[in-house]
Amino acid sequence: MIFDRDSRRKAFSHAITVLGGLSVLVVLIPLASVLYTAAVRGGAVLLNPAFYTAGNPLPCSSISCQTVGIGPDIEGTAILLGLSGAISTAVGVSAAIFASEYRTYGLGRAISFTADVLTGVPSIIMGVFIYSFFVLYDPTLAFSATTGTLALSILMIPIVVRTTEEALHTVPNSLREAALALGMPKWRTTVRVVLATAFPGILTGILLAMMRAAGEAAPLLLTGFGSRLFFQGMNVPIAALPLLIYNYAESGSPNFLKVAWGATLLLMILVLTANVLSRLSIQRMVRRMGGR
Amino acid sequence: MVPPTPSSRSPLPGGSAKRPRGSRQTWPDRLFLGLVGTAGVSVLFLALALVGVLYDAATPSVRAFGPNFLVGYTWNPAAGVYGDLPFVAGTLLTGAIAVLIAVPLALGASIFLTTQAPFWMRRPVGTAIELLAAVPSVIYGFWGIFVLVPLMRYTVEPVLRIYLGWTGLFGGTPIGTDVLTASVILAVMIVPTITAVSRDTLSAVPAAQKEAALSLGATDWEATRYAMIPYARAGIVGAIILGLGRAIGETMAVTMTIGNIDKVPVSLFSQGQTIASLIANELLNETGPLQYAAILEAGLVLLAISLVVNVAARLLVWKVLRVSGGIIE
Amino acid sequence: MSSAKLTVDHLTAFYGGKPAISEVSVEFPERAVTAIIGPSGCGKSTFIRCLNRLHETVPHTKVEGHVFLDGEDIYELDPVRVRRRIGMVFQKPNPFITMSIYGNVSAPLRLNGRHNREVTDAAVVKSLQQAALWDEVKDRIEAPATSLSGGQQQRLCIARALAANPEVLLMDEPCSALDPIATAKIEDLVKRLKEQYTVVIVTHNMQQAARVADFTAFLYLGKLVEFGPTEDIFEKPTQSLTEAYITGRFG
Repeated sequence: MIFDRDSRRKAFSHAITVLGGLSVLVVLIPLASVLYTAAVRGGAVLLNPAFYTAGNPLPCSSISCQTVGIGPDIEGTAILLGLSGAISTAVGVSAAIFASEYRTYGLGRAISFTADVLTGVPSIIMGVFIYSFFVLYDPTLAFSATTGTLALSILMIPIVVRTTEEALHTVPNSLREAALALGMPKWRTTVRVVLATAFPGILTGILLAMMRAAGEAAPLLLTGFGSRLFFQGMNVPIAALPLLIYNYAESGSPNFLKVAWGATLLLMILVLTANVLSRLSIQRMVRRMGGR
Repeated sequence: MVPPTPSSRSPLPGGSAKRPRGSRQTWPDRLFLGLVGTAGVSVLFLALALVGVLYDAATPSVRAFGPNFLVGYTWNPAAGVYGDLPFVAGTLLTGAIAVLIAVPLALGASIFLTTQAPFWMRRPVGTAIELLAAVPSVIYGFWGIFVLVPLMRYTVEPVLRIYLGWTGLFGGTPIGTDVLTASVILAVMIVPTITAVSRDTLSAVPAAQKEAALSLGATDWEATRYAMIPYARAGIVGAIILGLGRAIGETMAVTMTIGNIDKVPVSLFSQGQTIASLIANELLNETGPLQYAAILEAGLVLLAISLVVNVAARLLVWKVLRVSGGIIE
Repeated sequence: MSSAKLTVDHLTAFYGGKPAISEVSVEFPERAVTAIIGPSGCGKSTFIRCLNRLHETVPHTKVEGHVFLDGEDIYELDPVRVRRRIGMVFQKPNPFITMSIYGNVSAPLRLNGRHNREVTDAAVVKSLQQAALWDEVKDRIEAPATSLSGGQQQRLCIARALAANPEVLLMDEPCSALDPIATAKIEDLVKRLKEQYTVVIVTHNMQQAARVADFTAFLYLGKLVEFGPTEDIFEKPTQSLTEAYITGRFG
């Protein structure tokens, strides 16, 4: 009797292990499928150097068209990321410093909590927010690189605030106290000692935020809007990779679809590589600091 | 011991390392504080502005329809009648189904990785799962259109219809772009969230709890089940709610696979619309001011739902992890 | 001369490639208390965790040698069954935090499928009595385990271990986290337990060994230096190393 029950218990335990392993496999299948599909359908296009630099030639019928290039979209994404990255870094890191290092002013926890909650706000709402604000304030700017930048910035700021806060928390208090005890003024302590120590973590956080913004189409639908032209100025619509993919995904033309898959593969390579690298560097950092 | 002091500065009071207050601050300190303080406050201001602007733009609709907006199931621009129910239903339905699909897989994976998997495998596989979350929504939508939708339409849905049609959930002709397919993509997108947070929670369980169970003669699964999981329960629930929060807000993947019909879905094969996909599809159409306000009111509802869900989740997870460890996306 | 319940034969245990204990051979007599003493880091904890095969659950470990329970090598048996016959009490009390007092003590019974409420109740009462905890908790048996004091929690863990009906009870410095009064209660308990169980107790406190143990083994840097009846070890040790430790010259 005992023997039967025991072997049942053991068998059950083994079965659970197998199920768990299967779950892992099932979960990873979509990732593999997306990568595979993009590689197969868009890989060829990526090998053509003109793909990255050319823009859209003259309008043409959907069947007899040369494959277009995604130069404008790469440029647009780069500009949007550069500007919004700068803004969100400046605001996000500063806000995190205030919340973490100047806690006596009482707002620290409110800021932290607010930023945390904001990271969960749907990205389309960020787009709606900027759009409705400008519709009221200055409708001519509604679809422009400016609003696109703003939308991506407010998407990234909460993420940067949280990751920077985390990084600041890992800096041991003894470092701060040592610097202050040596007579260093608070602002210098924060910049030269605390920020410098937390720098790798902060940088990683900014990178992760930027990679998130690089793939976002929803907020740009209502702001940056998309374009087939190279950068024309901050006050007019701007191209972006995710918008390209969205717009071409439902087109009937096989050429346009190839372009979209090529852009997809490119975006995936960019985002996934950046993610893997930043996770590796976080792990190395955690190990250096003594692990968690 | 008096610490060495630079020539121009007076020594810090009492030898303690507290920052100088008030008049002891110099102008660079005050400037710095001003700068970071402004940034900090602007984050708070951003949250308020978000709600404020949306509410302001939604006011015409709020006044026109009142609380009936939330339960009105007609969305008819031609007649000027707007009700949010189709989209609330679409949002909650796809979210719920996504969670139902994702939770067993995510929990299975996280328990496996925390307790059973060989050690060399844990970090790489964990990273691979987290990469699922890094894939942009629009790419999932694109893949969905060309890989998942045909799969659902020609393989999965007919089979479901045959074997489970009796439940009444699978009525109508399956064409692939429907509530079910959108839910499947959402499930794929939220699995990494649930897995990552559950893994964190399970890893935080003290080894002593599991060892206690093992020392009593429990099998590995029994030790996990009776000692680890109850301990981690709050965090796991929080992880699931976080996943739900993420599913509710997704736009691109949903809008590309859900069929975009503004009606309350009656079966899993119905075409539908979530609030997010509504905004993506219709905000920029040539709409009258009332439709614009109605769409924005729907957006406000989405914001409210997502705030409630996210706050609940974070409270649960913060409580278990005790420090706000890691970014929960 | 009582027979040996547990025989250790040339046991070597590795942590990440380095041996924490090497070539330890010793016999633990039945229904007696054997203490394992030695300075910190000498491998006492590792050693005792090899006796119920808990050591191997940690990554990067390896065990060589044999441990015989009534003549059977536990390393050739199913570890789950081994652990039911050889129970353990840990250094820091580790009751199941989400369970009540009753839940904790009945856990080993529920694992084995005893769901008859009356049988389980009787077993729980008996175990709590054996652990000298019954009188203190009989009115609040459904209270959470965490509502007990440290000493009570440790006795709860002892009750839980006893409820599994083991033949051997391993105790890894069970009193090191407790105050003197709680310690005294547990020491009394140990002296009574040996009527029914074979007890192996690791302790860094020599006086405790002298108080409770019939036999004592002295471990140093992973090797067994000396083993024998407690009075012999403390009054006429044969190894100079033992004598040096006993007289407090190191450790």
